Formats: sequence, structure tokens, C-alpha cells
Amino acid sequence: MDISLKNVEYRYQNNTPFERLAISDVSINIESGQYLAIIGHTGSGKSTVLQHLNALLKPTKGTVWIGNREIRAGRKEKNLKEVRQKVGIVFQFPEHQLFEETVEKDICFGPQNFGVSEEEAKRRAKEAIKQVGLHEEILSKSPFDLSGGQMRRVAIAGVLAMEPECIVLDEPTAGLDPRGRKEIMDLFYRLHRENHVATVLVTHSMEDAARYADEIVIMHKGRVQKKGTPYEIFSVPEDLLELGLDVPEVVRFQLKLEKAFNVKFGKICLTAEELTDAVADYLRGGTPK
Amino acid sequence: MMEKMIFGRYVPAESILHRMDPRSKLIIVFLFVCVVFLANNLWTYAILTIYTFLMAGLSKIPPRFLIGGLKPVLWLVLFTFFLHLFLTKEGELIFELGWLKIYEGGLRQGIFISMRFFLLILVTSLLTLTTTPIEITDGLEHLMGPLKRLKFPVHELALMMSISLRFIPTLMQETDKIMKAQTARGVEYTSGPVKDRLKAIVPLLIPLFISSFKRAEELAVAMEARGYRGGEGRTKYRQLHWAAADTLMILLLAAVTVLLILFRG
Repeated sequence: MDISLKNVEYRYQNNTPFERLAISDVSINIESGQYLAIIGHTGSGKSTVLQHLNALLKPTKGTVWIGNREIRAGRKEKNLKEVRQKVGIVFQFPEHQLFEETVEKDICFGPQNFGVSEEEAKRRAKEAIKQVGLHEEILSKSPFDLSGGQMRRVAIAGVLAMEPECIVLDEPTAGLDPRGRKEIMDLFYRLHRENHVATVLVTHSMEDAARYADEIVIMHKGRVQKKGTPYEIFSVPEDLLELGLDVPEVVRFQLKLEKAFNVKFGKICLTAEELTDAVADYLRGGTPK
Repeated sequence: MMEKMIFGRYVPAESILHRMDPRSKLIIVFLFVCVVFLANNLWTYAILTIYTFLMAGLSKIPPRFLIGGLKPVLWLVLFTFFLHLFLTKEGELIFELGWLKIYEGGLRQGIFISMRFFLLILVTSLLTLTTTPIEITDGLEHLMGPLKRLKFPVHELALMMSISLRFIPTLMQETDKIMKAQTARGVEYTSGPVKDRLKAIVPLLIPLFISSFKRAEELAVAMEARGYRGGEGRTKYRQLHWAAADTLMILLLAAVTVLLILFRG
């Protein structure tokens, strides 16, 4: 299932004195099975774009295609449930949405809203809780007795249990410790690799964008500033720095290294492993790749 | 989702009404609420309407926004109108269709009462539209000052008010956020059968309650950490200034009151 935004504009509180243009002329294409990262400053319109991906917001201009469903500005839309089942959103601080008595009921809430039977929902709950790295015993506990990190995982499990074709993540690791961060990011990456779930990651972290994404979109002041693969994006660090954005540590290190020793590795390395190999090759006297 | 609501909302602008002392605005609104009941015929209602529209004009709030925001209450006003229209049985019969009978008195009552209602809502909305919540509570605290002698907890009350006013937008944002999160999990808030929509309130309210309690606790700790010990000996950062315009505005309302008394039937 592809999702595409065509010349989308969105104004908050349209036609009031509080009217505010959030995004304009945004065109993005998300193919099925793709991993796309959206990066940009706070207030650059990332979150607004994200809410268009399952019709939580309807564009004030332009069109959004979600699979073969068209959502066009100025038209009343009904029966959006189908769309919402296909595109699961993990909001920022998703633990705020927990409300049921037990973890199991909370995870089953989403699937059951989409007409999944109780047994099937429970089966999915069991699977989802394992996917997020928690014990099955937790299913019978109250979500409010858990730690913050566990609550986050339960909330994520609630979205996974809907079995969406596309997962949209809005800073899913905000406020987690480094280990929890890595675990959560790896979990989504595994899902993406193994089940070919299309993934959209909205993030501040250049490291995450560089490590996981096939394609990166940079938002700036409500517009798409740049699009490309991580290599394309990070090989011109000047552009990013000009927007006040950072490049991944690894890239920064490589650039400093190249300058200090007056060498060129020929390509931008996005992970520590890649850079190690490049440096090792160079030290062995081989031609840098 | 509640974007068009104007109640309790402040719209910044440069106008006489915005610059007035909150105390004089509060006094005017309070008096207006009483004065409205003096009107009982065409002339007096005309005077009140002119006064209200004059105030709305002075506020420099875009009329389109004002009217759009009042729309939800307009239904209530219409409801009052029809209630009086059909239920008051006074004066001449002017219209009859089967069991439906409309009397002249009913029509008059309907128009007047709904007009009264409309004017009241407009004037009170003007107060909140042109005065920040913090100014309103400052004004109230001042006006209620004398009650302190009777051991009435004026400061605490004002503080409670300003805190709750302060958190209305936060709560609205939070509501919107959780609504969206649950909508993404397949809840329907804007369509579907009423029964389902009522059920959908639970997944909204519980998270809201929890975050509100958490926030209250955090706020209490933050206030204590900054040395808050109640109103005793606290100085004021915002000073209120009574200007000539304030006296004038009160005199204007007094003049309107005199006219109302002269013209009422």
C-alpha cells in the first residue's frame, strides 16, 4: 500500500483570527515496504504531515492518497476506519493513551475496534507483548502499575496488535534511556525488515535517520526542503548546518578526520562500523572506497 | 476539533476595551446583567442592542469571528424562542395550524427573551475576549477585597480560578491529542451511532484524569519549591490602573440605564 501526499497544505483553525499555516505544498511518497524518516526542527510541520497519513487531519488544500483511498481538501470523509487500521500511528508519549484495567484489554482495544474477534485479539496481544520485549505475565497487570518504559512498550504493542501495513512513529523514543531507545528502534527496524511494514519515522535524531531510513525528507518552515537517501542527504553537510540541523556524529567525525589528515574516503559513512572499515582499509594501505 | 469555540478565549488586539481596567469591565458586565432585565418593550430593547453592538465594535474583534463563535449558542437562543412562541398563551391568536397555536404574546415573549439571552451572551463573551484570564482574576481579587475582613479566602479563590483558567487550553490540547490517539486506534468520535460515541468517552476521560492529577501534583511541588505560602505578604507584579476611560465607560452604562428606565413601558 502506497501513501502519497500531493501539494498538501494545512492551516490550523482555518478562517479564525488564530489561523496558522502549518505546512504548504508538501508532496511526499511512501511506497509499501519503505522506511522513511522525516527530520526537521520543532515547528517545522513534521507532526502535521504525520497526522495526514491516516486522515486524522484533512488537508486544507491538495490531496492525500492512502492506498486507493483519496482524501481531498474540502470534502466530507466518512468511513475512515479502514484507513486507520492500515496505518498505525505511535504518537509522542504514547503511554498517555492507556486507559484499560489490564494491559491485555488495552492492547486488544485497537484490534477489537476494527472488528477482530476477542480470541484473535488476545492472541495478537500475546504476540505483540513479546515483540516489544515484555513478559506475558504483564498482560494481567494494570498498565498504571508499570514503569514509564514498560508503559511505552505496552502502548506500542497496542498499535502493533492492529497489524497495520504502515507504522508511523512520532519520536517514539523521546524520554527513554539509551538502552530502551536502541531496543525500541531495533524492534521497529526488525518489523520493517521481516514483515515488510512500511515505516515513517519522525525524529530529531540524525543518528536514527542515518541508521535506519531508506529515504530522508527534511522539513523546514512547513515545506519539504530536501529529499534523498541518507548518503545523498549527509554527503552535503553544509546544507543541513545551514538549516540549523546537525549531521550524525559519525559523519562529523569523518569530516574532521579527513580534514586533519588531508585524506578523502570517497564516501560518507553513516555508521561507526562503516567508518571503521573505511579507516581500516585506508590504514592497510588499500585504496579507500 | 473545538477550534471555533470562543468562550473563555482571549483575542489580543489594540482597542479601548482591551486597555480598560479589568475591574471596570467586571463591574460593567455585572451591572449589564442586571440592567438587561429593565428592558420590556421595543425601544428599550433597541437601546440595549445599540449599546451591545457599540461595545462589540469598540472591541475590534472581527465580527465574522464573533458571529461564527456564537453559532453553537444560537441553537440555545432559537430553542428558547420556540419554547416561548409555542407555550405562552397571551394576547390575540395570530396563527393556527391544527394543534399549533401561536399567540401575539408568545411571539413578543419569544423575541424579547431570546434577544435578552443573546445580548447577555455577547456582552459576557466580550469580557473574556478582551481580557486575559489573569486580568480577570486580578480584578476579581481586588473587587472581593473587602470580603477578606469576613475571613473569606479571597486570595485562595482567585488563585484557584487563575489556575483553572490557565489550564483550560492545556486540557483542550491534551483532549485533542488523546482523541487523535484513540481515533488512530479505531474509535469514532465524530460519526457512528450515539451509543458507540458515548462509549468512546471512557478511553478519553481516563487518560485525561490521570494526566490532570499528575499535573496538579507537579504544580503543587513546583510552587512550594519556589516558596509559595499563600497570599500573606505577597506583592503584586501586575498593578491595576483605573483610567478616565474606565469612569467614562461606567457613566455610559449609567446613561443607558437612565434611558431604559425612562423608556420602559
